[in-house]
Amino acid sequence: MSTETTHVHADGAAHGEHEGMTKKRIMKVLYILLGITAFEFFIALVVAPHFPGAHWINPIYIVLTLLKAFYIVAYFMHLKFEKLDMALAIIVPILFIIGLILVLTNESHYWIDLRL
Amino acid sequence: MSTAVAQPVDEVKSTPWSGGRSPFDVEYGKLMMWFFLLSDAFTFSTLLISYGALRFSAPTWPAPSLVFQSFPGLIEHGAPLVFVGLMTLILILSSVTMVLAVEAGHRNSKKEVLTWMLLTIVGGLMFLSCQALEWNHLHSEGFWWGHVPTVEVMKEFFRGNPSVSQMTMTSHQFANLFFTITGFHGFHVFSGVIINIIITINVLIGTYQKRGSYLMIEKVGLYWHFVDLVWVFVFTFFYLV
Repeated sequence: MSTETTHVHADGAAHGEHEGMTKKRIMKVLYILLGITAFEFFIALVVAPHFPGAHWINPIYIVLTLLKAFYIVAYFMHLKFEKLDMALAIIVPILFIIGLILVLTNESHYWIDLRL
Repeated sequence: MSTAVAQPVDEVKSTPWSGGRSPFDVEYGKLMMWFFLLSDAFTFSTLLISYGALRFSAPTWPAPSLVFQSFPGLIEHGAPLVFVGLMTLILILSSVTMVLAVEAGHRNSKKEVLTWMLLTIVGGLMFLSCQALEWNHLHSEGFWWGHVPTVEVMKEFFRGNPSVSQMTMTSHQFANLFFTITGFHGFHVFSGVIINIIITINVLIGTYQKRGSYLMIEKVGLYWHFVDLVWVFVFTFFYLV
């Protein structure tokens, strides 16, 4: 029974690696990352100068940054191919950062009133 | 009556969380690297979020496209984001060579692992050199921890017409945050290069060949990709936003 389990386990691991690590897929992720970065430059150098003081540009940058972060963590760091329990152990604590962002950005609006 | 109900209460469970093996199916060292990176992610977030809070609360801020518009040694003015674009490209490419080293490790191909690891180290050193040029350029303009350029120079970095006291205050904040955060990131890159060199020497002398597994490449790979990941955020929040 134990040999059987080992066999199944090894099979699963090999499958996971194969899924994550082909050269073709690595190159695909590279092109996606370069494409997103190029798009960011396009916005910063071509689009943004036409809209001085626009508030919708920064959210675009942040979404694109999170998208890049997803591709790096999921594919380069292989987290997409780890067990779900493993992925959650890393991702759930990261959510606490959102709390700090909300608290401090909210607080900073009071600071600016104190300064002016 | 009750003897018929011989329920297997003490049947050995075999779920991932029943003990006896890693529920995550990940080798110990790799799991610990993940948890270290998690703690490092918190450190970088506090730095970047403090930066965000200070910048949100500032009435004015040096415009990135005006501060970062030189390509040190080639173009003095009018090339916004070009140099940092090169730095980003170098780091993304060195991340790719690292994944390729991991991929070669899965096939136990010592020669390929060696090639890709060496390219990764070269990428890291190129990034550090660029960082040094960038720092040197800002330093030559007058920025440093606790130091800002003269008012005439500083004026060129601001849009609109903020007061001198406002410019001085936010330039100080900008300088301190920029050098601290990119410095902390650069120190990570430096550590990564050192770790990569040690691991490459181990590949060269056949440590992992003997061990029969190149898992160590995966572990340093995780660290290296994390450095790339942090740069993605530093790049957005210092150079784009």
